[in-house]
Amino acid sequence: MVAPIASIVSVGISKFGVREGIYSRELFAEAEEEAVNRCPNLDPQTDVQALFVGMMSESYEHQAHVAPLLLDWVGLLPKPAFRTEGACASSSIALRSALFSIASGIYDIVLVGGVEKMTHVSTTGVTEILAMASDFPFEQWHGISFPGIFGMMAVDHMHRYGTTEEQLAKVAVKNHEHGVLNEKAHFQKRISVGDVLSSQPVAWPLKLYDCCPRSDGASCLILTSPKIAKKFTDTPVNIIGSGHAQDTLSLSERNNFSTMQVTKLASHQAYSMAKLTPQDIDVAEVHDCFTIAEIMAYEDLGFCNPGEGGKMIDEGQTHIGARIPINTSGGLKAKGHPVGATGVAQACEIFMQLTNQAGKRQVSNAEIGLTQNVGGAASTGLVHVYQRGD
Amino acid sequence: MPDTPAKPEGKISFTTDDSGTVLPTIQNFYNYCSERRLMGTKCAKCGAIDCPPRAICHKCLCNRFQWVEFKGRGRLLTYTIIHFPPTQFQALAPYAVGIVKLDEGPQLSAMIKNVKVEEIRIGMSLRVDYETAIPKEWPRWARYFFKPE
Repeated sequence: MVAPIASIVSVGISKFGVREGIYSRELFAEAEEEAVNRCPNLDPQTDVQALFVGMMSESYEHQAHVAPLLLDWVGLLPKPAFRTEGACASSSIALRSALFSIASGIYDIVLVGGVEKMTHVSTTGVTEILAMASDFPFEQWHGISFPGIFGMMAVDHMHRYGTTEEQLAKVAVKNHEHGVLNEKAHFQKRISVGDVLSSQPVAWPLKLYDCCPRSDGASCLILTSPKIAKKFTDTPVNIIGSGHAQDTLSLSERNNFSTMQVTKLASHQAYSMAKLTPQDIDVAEVHDCFTIAEIMAYEDLGFCNPGEGGKMIDEGQTHIGARIPINTSGGLKAKGHPVGATGVAQACEIFMQLTNQAGKRQVSNAEIGLTQNVGGAASTGLVHVYQRGD
Repeated sequence: MPDTPAKPEGKISFTTDDSGTVLPTIQNFYNYCSERRLMGTKCAKCGAIDCPPRAICHKCLCNRFQWVEFKGRGRLLTYTIIHFPPTQFQALAPYAVGIVKLDEGPQLSAMIKNVKVEEIRIGMSLRVDYETAIPKEWPRWARYFFKPE
């Protein structure tokens, strides 16, 4: 067994969805309170040494400089707070930064979180704010939205490998099935392949039900050095691998639009650090911002060969109870995607799974978990590997 | 953009060094577009061709370039049809965007126009054209697009 980098001792998640009249600081307080309540041996004001928090955009709430604000709203002034931004991977960067702070020995106990408040802004307004994570002069200026970028990836994948719109739809159907089992998910509603195929086109071949919703939500976890984790819980979850890579902001500058190079590179780093292979993963949360992204994640994480992602969903290999359950939380598609909250929310789901607290969606005998989170057109990519620590 | 004049008001000037050489900047790239010229750069050290230009060659890290004019022709690598656009493009929807591999090698994303969306095919030959309207204020960029030969 490899030496853990750090240990998660508790997690908390706000209800995801349309949280009318609740702002990001209030959402974050909700998530943080749950994490603290789940960890009675922790006195946050005495024990927590710093906050690392991911949030993508100031545009939603006309609010920059959120690190001190969120820290203040959970009663932890004057501790140091760090805000990280990497589009949809913002809070995975917070998690990795927090890992560095623990591994360096500077801190022993930190809070890690993420938040985004989106649903008060119109769909076109959200589309425009999200598009800011693409290249302004060479993508946004030409009318290219994020669904448009993933639509171009999907067309390439379909042309190159014969992936079908039905296969994409099955990803959404599976993640909605899982979302029904998660009371915190944005949607608790089953959908059919027919519902997806007949939903409104957004960026062909992607339709409304191929796209994750805009959501409000926050996530939080308590990270400690491995040597003190057992002071706070009998069942910590150790982070044993971490990887991070970058790619061009513009999709156009790449050689292959059917793969996320950052996911390949980050997962190689994380597997190598954990001394594990893709076959060792028992449960995973992957970045299904659009259905095609989950298909590509299967391939880039090594769960199947390039081009076989469509076959993997056809064969039902990623449902709860199947070979490798993926997005047991409902994923971004059904749990929701409050952008800044997503990376840490993925880690929270893996914590719940590996500590046997996932209730109706519990995967049996899960010991090793993985999260994969990308930002923008996979210009940022992070992968973390987790092991049950009891 | 709907609220822009047909012709630029005021001069759009090229940024140059002390010797008068046009610098390899994004604004200068778009200035050439307003002259209906698709320009890229050639690295003085390794010869790599780039479009759009960069401040530092991503292959050899050299920062000296010369401008080269592209023919403006290429092939479509991938595309999509956007039905839900960002706010400022709402009036145009649905519209096609794609990634074009230029004959000189570099690849650009842009709108695909003058073709029915059902007739768009991966691999089709396209050539560049330019919108005539340039915004009055930043960003004063002449938008390029691609259309069938």
